Amino acid sequence: MFAGAPQYLISGLTVGATYGLTALGFTMIFNTTGIINFAQGEFVMLGGMLAVVLQKAGAPLPVAIMLAVAVTALVGCLIERGVIRPVGRTAPVNLVIITIGISILLRGAVMLIWGKDTFALPPFSGSAPLAILGAAVQPQSLWVLLITLLLLVALKLFFSRTIHGKAMLACACEQKAAALMGISVDRMAMLSFGLSGFLGAVGGAILTPITLTSYDVGVMLGLKGFAACILGGLGNPFGAAAGGLILGVLESFGAGFVSSAYKDAFAFIVLLALLFVKPTGLFGGPKSDRV
Amino acid sequence: MMLRLLSVVAALVLCAGQSLAAEPIKIGAVVSVTGPASFLGEPEKNTLEMIRDELNAKGGLLGRPVELILYDDESDVNKAVLAAEKLIKKDQVAAVIGATTSGSTLAIMNKFPAAQVPLVSMSAAEKIVNPVNPWVFKVAPSDRHAVGRILKHAQAKGYKKIAILTVSDGFGQAGREVLKELVPAMGFTLTADEVYGPKDTDMTAQLTKLKDAAPDAIICWGTNPGPAVVARNRAQLGMKTPLYMSHGVASRKFIELAGESAEGLMLPAGHLIVASQLPDSQPQKVLLLAYTSQYKDKFKGDVSPFGGHGWDGLKLVAKAVETAGSDKPAAIRDALEKITAFPGIGGVFSFTDKDHNGLDANAFEMVVIQGGDWKILK
Repeated sequence: MFAGAPQYLISGLTVGATYGLTALGFTMIFNTTGIINFAQGEFVMLGGMLAVVLQKAGAPLPVAIMLAVAVTALVGCLIERGVIRPVGRTAPVNLVIITIGISILLRGAVMLIWGKDTFALPPFSGSAPLAILGAAVQPQSLWVLLITLLLLVALKLFFSRTIHGKAMLACACEQKAAALMGISVDRMAMLSFGLSGFLGAVGGAILTPITLTSYDVGVMLGLKGFAACILGGLGNPFGAAAGGLILGVLESFGAGFVSSAYKDAFAFIVLLALLFVKPTGLFGGPKSDRV
Repeated sequence: MMLRLLSVVAALVLCAGQSLAAEPIKIGAVVSVTGPASFLGEPEKNTLEMIRDELNAKGGLLGRPVELILYDDESDVNKAVLAAEKLIKKDQVAAVIGATTSGSTLAIMNKFPAAQVPLVSMSAAEKIVNPVNPWVFKVAPSDRHAVGRILKHAQAKGYKKIAILTVSDGFGQAGREVLKELVPAMGFTLTADEVYGPKDTDMTAQLTKLKDAAPDAIICWGTNPGPAVVARNRAQLGMKTPLYMSHGVASRKFIELAGESAEGLMLPAGHLIVASQLPDSQPQKVLLLAYTSQYKDKFKGDVSPFGGHGWDGLKLVAKAVETAGSDKPAAIRDALEKITAFPGIGGVFSFTDKDHNGLDANAFEMVVIQGGDWKILK
């Protein structure tokens, strides 16, 4: 019965990395602005779709991916500058509603421009599966896990070693004090949108060879990524990544050992149970004064 | 004075005569041109309009032009109901073609017996024609026909144990019901029954579970992109178990998405995608090739079986109008029921008062994917 366990674990980790990368984007924006950005799933979609389109237009795969990521990061900045900032300092809930509007707009625009079909990207290094502990692993899964890990380390360094990272953390702690210290809160907010666009797009581009992409993949990813955030503790980047991986593995084991019909329910039941016991999430701090 | 009166009368008679001659035959259609089901509805609309133009270019029906009143239900059941009401009450059409989706058809079909207007549906659900509603017909083949075709092939191969993997949406679950009924009924053992979500991106967990059940063959029921992921995961896991797909992925897009992992997969497909490989004696071959090139010229896109449902719907109604020699709804209904051996895109239709679908398992051809193309299995 447990023969399938390594396979379930590997597929769970691969899917979980998707959720984790989406969750990281959520965290980035939430930490700086207090907004839950419901267009995060659309950033992932944009990364994948743009990479597909550029690759079809003749760009080599690495160039296509880098361009797609850069454009999505730019879109993130533009959203903050063009839509979020003009609204000004209103309650976060108003801004959250705006992000829902943006997600619908992005989805609609992509659908009108590139159609409703599903697209694929070639894997980075072949598709011959590797055997690890009796589980068949696609080389692309290793790419996904590796790049996710690298991003996490880079983020850790960014927040602890660079002036911009520290300034963003300062905005997260207390915006007024940060502003008094000469930090431009507006610019940090824009940077956070750009950064989460970057993270989402990287996720979308490296995952497309495995999961395929279409204009509407962002909906489910956004939901699962948000759940991963909550599971790991909202506001904690490492919690978000870990939450994503845990959610993915839970789903995979649920499908394998219980029933694939209840796969989604299984993950969410565990999430609910956890929130009853520890409302701040697995890795969340003891207080939750930011609402 | 008399002369003037006469000329007025003459003018009136002329006008009336002219308007009588030009009185169009009104045929309604409810199609999901936009919204999630638009991948079905768009080719349907294109085809319906193309056939209308073709009929009118040949002088219409019974010497009268054909007017197609087409409403977009936006893939929304409520809008489909409103559109059907409007067609029956306001436009007073002679017959209605639609709806695109099974859900919408089931929602509107009970209006038609009361209004005494025939409805020709383009959706697949078996409930539309079973039990038979005297005013409701359908041109899309049922899942039962596709499942039957697969299982006949599996029987010939000598498989005994079958596992199924279905998507948890309307299409997959309707297929699952039929599979769970027919697999044991045709003498197979159902060894595993797994499900995946329409937006799932990894099915290795389900496939690993199926692998442990050691079936002789797997049947996967879904529409893109799920089955492409299943095919990729199957190749990744190095599974050699034969895999059947449903007719839901009988499009070039599937081969493109699944890439090399599509090689060797088998599925029941309408004759449209393998038209050029059919023997010349096949009654549909000429029509299929003509439709393919006509559609390509006009819309610069590939034909799909869904557009074919539009072809079948309008051509069948046109045939019924011609044999009935009238555009009275009741006469069209009676004539539809008497149509036999009518070659269309989806198959060769033979309606009876007990069968309002008019197709059987022969509407499908078993094909295998080889070298990135379809090949008919003998």
